[in-house]
Amino acid sequence: MDSPAFDHHTHIPGTTVFDGTQAMKGYGLNKMCYSFNKAENREAFVAGEEGYMDKYGLTEAQKQACRDRNVLAMIEEGGNIYYLAKFAGIFKLSVQDVGAQQTGVTTEEFKQKLLDAGKD
Amino acid sequence: MARILGGITTSHIPSVGSAIANELFDDPYWKPFFDGYPKIHAWLDEHKPDLVINIYNDHGLGFFLDQMPTFAIGAAHECRNEDEGWGLPALDPFPGAPEVSWHIIESIVADEFDITSCQELAVDHGFVVPMQLFWPGAPANPDMPRAIPISANTVQHPIPTLKRALAFGRALRKALLSYPEDLKVVVLGTGGLSHQLDGERAGFINKEFDLYCLEHIVHDPDKLTEISRMELVEKAGAQGTEFLMWMMMRGALGGDVTEITRNYHIPISNTASGTLLLECAA
Repeated sequence: MDSPAFDHHTHIPGTTVFDGTQAMKGYGLNKMCYSFNKAENREAFVAGEEGYMDKYGLTEAQKQACRDRNVLAMIEEGGNIYYLAKFAGIFKLSVQDVGAQQTGVTTEEFKQKLLDAGKD
Repeated sequence: MARILGGITTSHIPSVGSAIANELFDDPYWKPFFDGYPKIHAWLDEHKPDLVINIYNDHGLGFFLDQMPTFAIGAAHECRNEDEGWGLPALDPFPGAPEVSWHIIESIVADEFDITSCQELAVDHGFVVPMQLFWPGAPANPDMPRAIPISANTVQHPIPTLKRALAFGRALRKALLSYPEDLKVVVLGTGGLSHQLDGERAGFINKEFDLYCLEHIVHDPDKLTEISRMELVEKAGAQGTEFLMWMMMRGALGGDVTEITRNYHIPISNTASGTLLLECAA
């Protein structure tokens, strides 16, 4: 479903504006990730990922993105980074690990890029 | 009458909490960041506010997408910190000031800001990290003022405009100044500056834009209201929209402010960190 009069998706390279269109698409995925605020839910997910994803009604594309731990694919399927950060936390991924994965570099290279941004 | 002493902004990066716990104040990575705080500590020690209005953005602890308030005002007896998914130990609750919260709510709704009032609101790193930075040991610091959380939505677009954020701050100022009891108030604006966590542009930082915002927010915040929300996403990064909280803080300070200290450092985690202390005219 789209919100055609308010299409925010074409203007900023490498950036998905999380708006109503994305919110509709990603609701189940984000709701699952929100549940990971609680330790018992993180443990339940680790104990049985497929059943846990079914419980939140994830689409097949969302499930595959989760199985692959593929952050860009999760965003494509409507994931919001603030909730995805809780998913990443289960696997002890830092925001630099997540940044590196999305930009196709190693975590060390990603950290160096951030340090370089402060040099000029 | 309540009096607004000043406003303080700071980034609220989650890893700051663990850096504090591990006392990395002189660590080469962290020192340029922590060096921004001693002058703020001295100012708070001198003025000892009774109340802190902590304007932050929730990151998916207090609110989910099922019900997403654009502006929310906490009115609880205490502000509870909870696990936000990473298993970090929660801080003890921060004492609230519900009678002042309700005064603000009454005044600000009369001014046609249709806020959401919250008698329960779990507060995340956006709220607690600044408290830990400004009042070491918080909430156990003996000078810890009572606290009122105000959260603005930066999770899901449409987010409020910079113009609306500044106007909200001005309405907050009016509310606070009309509170009948003597209270010394400090207003925090937390988050920012430029950063982006998501997408192929993750790691984006924009020093030039941050310095422009830092410069104008002191004496000409209205100039910044010319920045559209999509321009803010483009120039500050997807999560740099947290600059909205700085604008809300600034609106609460009135026209006449003195800059006491500022600090700007790249990077802490994925973020260009910024700190600013503005004192209101007596």
